[in-house]
Amino acid sequence: MYFCTKFLKHKKFNPGMVTIKKSLHLLTAALFALMPLVSNAETPVVSAHDSLHAATTETSHETHDSHDTHAEVDPSSREFVQAYTEHHLMDDHYYSFFGNAEEHRHYGFGLPVILVDNGLKVFMSTEDFVYKGTVVENGGQHYKYYHGKIYKTDASGDLKLDSHDHPTVEKPFDISITKNVVGLLLATVLLFLGFTALAKTYKVSPNNLPKGVGRVLEPLVIYVRDEMARPNIGEKKYKKYMPYLLSVFFLIFLLNLLGLTPLGLNVTGNISVTVCLALFTFLYVNLSGNADYWKHIFWMPGVPWPMKIVLAPIEVLGMFTKPFSLLIRLFANITAGHSVVMGLIAVAFVMKQTLTTPGAVGVSFLLTLFLTVLEILVAFLQAFIFTMLSSLFIGSAVEEHDHH
Amino acid sequence: MTIPNLVGAGLIVIGAGYGLGKIGGSAMDAIARQPEAAGKIQTAMIIIGALLEGLAFGALILGKN
Repeated sequence: MYFCTKFLKHKKFNPGMVTIKKSLHLLTAALFALMPLVSNAETPVVSAHDSLHAATTETSHETHDSHDTHAEVDPSSREFVQAYTEHHLMDDHYYSFFGNAEEHRHYGFGLPVILVDNGLKVFMSTEDFVYKGTVVENGGQHYKYYHGKIYKTDASGDLKLDSHDHPTVEKPFDISITKNVVGLLLATVLLFLGFTALAKTYKVSPNNLPKGVGRVLEPLVIYVRDEMARPNIGEKKYKKYMPYLLSVFFLIFLLNLLGLTPLGLNVTGNISVTVCLALFTFLYVNLSGNADYWKHIFWMPGVPWPMKIVLAPIEVLGMFTKPFSLLIRLFANITAGHSVVMGLIAVAFVMKQTLTTPGAVGVSFLLTLFLTVLEILVAFLQAFIFTMLSSLFIGSAVEEHDHH
Repeated sequence: MTIPNLVGAGLIVIGAGYGLGKIGGSAMDAIARQPEAAGKIQTAMIIIGALLEGLAFGALILGKN
């Protein structure tokens, strides 16, 4: 606060703004540098699902002779770290910012649950519903939350578990606003605000210099156009595909960056999201494919006819492996990044005994900072690669051949 | 993770590392020969690297179970 007021005062007396801008840049840089420290807030204090409780009671039973007697939930145990990381990577019906393991409390907010089960059933999820397994009654039906999914049950909450602990009761069709959906909506709103601001500056004059966020977005738009769309799709046809390429680029980029903030979002590290994005690329490529494209798949020109028969199934397979590799790449990169960041944050808890608390936190902080900076690069690179390969595939589908 | 899974993951990483090394090495050679084409070479390098990465990640995820 003190710094802010100082800057504001400074601004009045110095219309040149140069020094203010520099100090503001420094402040922003410092904030970004401290981000990994803040994201620790969400970490292993939380106790997650039943599996976590089971794992932790098991370990505390095993290590009951250690001097750490009070810990029912031991954040330095391997099981805890694994369960916590898995919990972070999964989608959730409750937006939890941080928690307290000793009190079994989760601080955050409930999200709307929407179920299709003889009509729409809508209710807000609560902390008890998601973390303590309370049965919720809505419209004469009872619902219970178990391992990330919602099941239809009776008033007693019996899930009729089979020998592998899988519930055998019916599961209603779930179209809830989950944590990932919140992340997607947030990204959409942010992009909408940013790009409408950019569009307004062009209304004044096409050569107007954008202000604020637009000044960051404009070079990126031009980068997508000049480095990806134009060379790969071709001068004549690239304009038609720019909206898709820009949307996909900025959505992935922003979601990757949001995943690095303490918001605890992991949207592009969810395979359903990447499947959907890759499906759009698949549809764009195949719906805009010209006669040449289909001819190259089913009846490859320029090779002897027995080869044509051999090549056709391979090319058909290739149609599907291209978007498949797109979705796997994005999903695996982001998931791997998040897991490693989580693991490095856990260093602070695991190494506490050997390095003392300040030492362990320091080591964990430095490693996490290093990796987070690397992840910013990965965030951009993955958005770049997804857009680049999408435009390459689209380009190969609309290309005009002249091999006669 | 069982032992065959871990050995498989190691083999994938060895293969992917060899491939990435070849791509990177050839790109460095090419840039050294024609520094003015560095931008184009880098783009091509990243694309091939990404294709390789997709393959390696696909194998790792399929092999995980």
